[in-house]
Amino acid sequence: MHSYDFALLLAFLALVLLPAPWLGRFYYKVMEGQRTWLSPILGPVELGCYRLSGVRAEQEQNWKQYTLALLAFNLMGFLVLFAVLLLQGSLPLNPQHLPGQEWSLAFNTAVSFMTNTNWQAYSGEASLSYLSQMIGLTVQNFVSAATGLAVLVALCRGIGRRSTHNLGNFWVDMTRATLYGLLPLCIVLALLLVWQGVPQTFADYAHAVTLQGADQSIPLGPAASQIAIKQLGTNGGGFFGVNSAHPFENPTAWSNLFEVASIILIPVALVFTFGHYVKDLRQSRAILACMLGLFLIGGAVGLWAEYQPNPALDSAQVQQSAPMEGKESRFGTTASVLWTVTTTSASNGSVNAMHDSLNPLTGMVAMVNMMVGEVIFGGVGAGLYGMLLFVLIAVFLAGLMIGRTPEYLGKKLQAREVQLLVATLLVMPVGVLVLGAIAASLPGPAGAVSNPGPHGFSQLLYAYTSGTANNGSAFGGFGANTVFHNLMIGLAMLIGRFGYILPVLALAGSLAAKKSAPQGQNSFPTHGPLFAGLLLVTILLVGGLTFLPVLALGPIAEQLSLGF
Amino acid sequence: MSTYVRPAVSLVLLMTLVTGALYPLAVTGIAQVAFPDQANGSLVRDEQGQVRGSALIAQEFKGDGWFQSRPSAGAFATVSSSASNLAPSNPALAERVKTDASALYQPELGPVPQALLTTSGSGLDPQLPPEAIAYQLPRVAAARQIPIERLQALVDEATLRPLVGPPVVNVLALNQALERLAPVTDR
Repeated sequence: MHSYDFALLLAFLALVLLPAPWLGRFYYKVMEGQRTWLSPILGPVELGCYRLSGVRAEQEQNWKQYTLALLAFNLMGFLVLFAVLLLQGSLPLNPQHLPGQEWSLAFNTAVSFMTNTNWQAYSGEASLSYLSQMIGLTVQNFVSAATGLAVLVALCRGIGRRSTHNLGNFWVDMTRATLYGLLPLCIVLALLLVWQGVPQTFADYAHAVTLQGADQSIPLGPAASQIAIKQLGTNGGGFFGVNSAHPFENPTAWSNLFEVASIILIPVALVFTFGHYVKDLRQSRAILACMLGLFLIGGAVGLWAEYQPNPALDSAQVQQSAPMEGKESRFGTTASVLWTVTTTSASNGSVNAMHDSLNPLTGMVAMVNMMVGEVIFGGVGAGLYGMLLFVLIAVFLAGLMIGRTPEYLGKKLQAREVQLLVATLLVMPVGVLVLGAIAASLPGPAGAVSNPGPHGFSQLLYAYTSGTANNGSAFGGFGANTVFHNLMIGLAMLIGRFGYILPVLALAGSLAAKKSAPQGQNSFPTHGPLFAGLLLVTILLVGGLTFLPVLALGPIAEQLSLGF
Repeated sequence: MSTYVRPAVSLVLLMTLVTGALYPLAVTGIAQVAFPDQANGSLVRDEQGQVRGSALIAQEFKGDGWFQSRPSAGAFATVSSSASNLAPSNPALAERVKTDASALYQPELGPVPQALLTTSGSGLDPQLPPEAIAYQLPRVAAARQIPIERLQALVDEATLRPLVGPPVVNVLALNQALERLAPVTDR
């Protein structure tokens, strides 16, 4: 590693950690409807939205009403996107005259963007019109992240409030998250990216004659605006097929730093938002310490693994260095690994290097990050509500150990809450192991793999893990665009999204209704290093024990067969 | 039911208007004024104004007189961009790397740098690390009959050293400078 590698890592940590306390407080104020410096500009837009859609902002919803509103909104968003993708051939703003998507691909894409996954079984520049990218994908990029944020604040209110059925108003939460929470940051990031070289135009693809006289078509489009939200909204769906490895999508080392920091900027800040909701920032620091610990473990293992030369390339004529297959010159190893670990920690799923060509253990770190349920910072909102589930599970385990009724911040965890928690623990295994096993045991679907040996199995495993975890990154050689995989991975994405959201909202409703017991001397403290450590172990045990066998068949077998 | 349907329909439409239309239009407006060159694809033109490529998109260069670009899995196709997605354990990768290495290998320069043997993530990597340029320097200098020191000066000028990333040389810019210095006729 060189000095610029350390500079990158330090700049990254500074960019995501330093603004977090301030940004977290900002999100609290925004979601609770308090005035911020943006209110004079965005306030009238917000009120206009409520008036036109008949929303009464002051009217709060109970958990069932909140859930129904969320489902209605997501269903409507899905239908609009599905229709746009099917019909784009007859819609305007289609300078390349691209036809509509095939139905199973359109279904997969619409589910993918609605669930904040952004799994892409297509290549953007070759199959999507400017209109589909803008009013189709960009919109869902915003509102799927806003939906995650809404679910998170509903859970925060459930924990923070007492003896009430009110969790807030979904329409209001979603609108505020989009307008105040995402839009202003996106405008800033989009302009930074254009400055670094990302195109932002409605002109047709440019035509060039290369220095050696060949014809070259240069794909353009309103890329920067979409890339900004795909990073900040932890969406990950690239404007171009190869995502942020594309020099137009991520032109320089600086654009790379801005983009990779944007992935977890909001998820880190939201940890502090939670602290404001429960009026105890010590809780935030314990959770953040645990997340950061897991992140650093993954990062260190990833960096170590990826700097190992590939023994298969051992030859006197080949320079023995960290492998460069699938990596861009301007990023090199450190920036590629940092991105890999960040994007899989945070259910983003954008890539700046091809994960398929990573060394086996680096690929395994990416998979483990997803398999633990995208809770290491995680998606916007989704990461922290997933982490809070693990917090409650850790509290429950601690309660068993000390023989007392478990309680978190004064809220007793009883049979109903524990049932809901266990239901969420089943989501990842069902999506990855059950659906993955079905796909692996049918000769047609299993034939989608492009690499021989254990790595071929890893490709399939990665696809179903990525779908269920709503990540969206891929071992890109996997031929996912078949009717079977489009539908099955679509199903995995729905299970992974709503398998968490529905129990989380039910849990929020059930916790909100409880009285809050005063925290006495005998309460188990949920801040401090002891609890952070217990939380970390809980996450690794639950994730590790479930998926260790399947990892042994994929990346571990590949690592051993290569003779590292 | 209409308590849910009306807000769902109208908010999807309103969010489409704000985030799907107004937001990209506003960013485009500002970007076209503030950064017109980058916003339109960092196009590179010759003296006649003809577009010869983009500073950010790799071109294929063949022949000893040109610095060659990073190998591309998609044969430099721009629509759509693609990668090899070969696993480290895939025998096809080792076979390709070793075949290419034996073609490029020059004993006096030592083993061939990986950047010249491995395909990039995008297939359109416009740059190379300085050591991959250095490996091509004697060949280009001989083909164009330029002293190696002159060429080295050109390379140094074209080398970017960002604070947070590895040093890189833009191959298209370097070859353009090369053409201005000592044109070849073989195109």
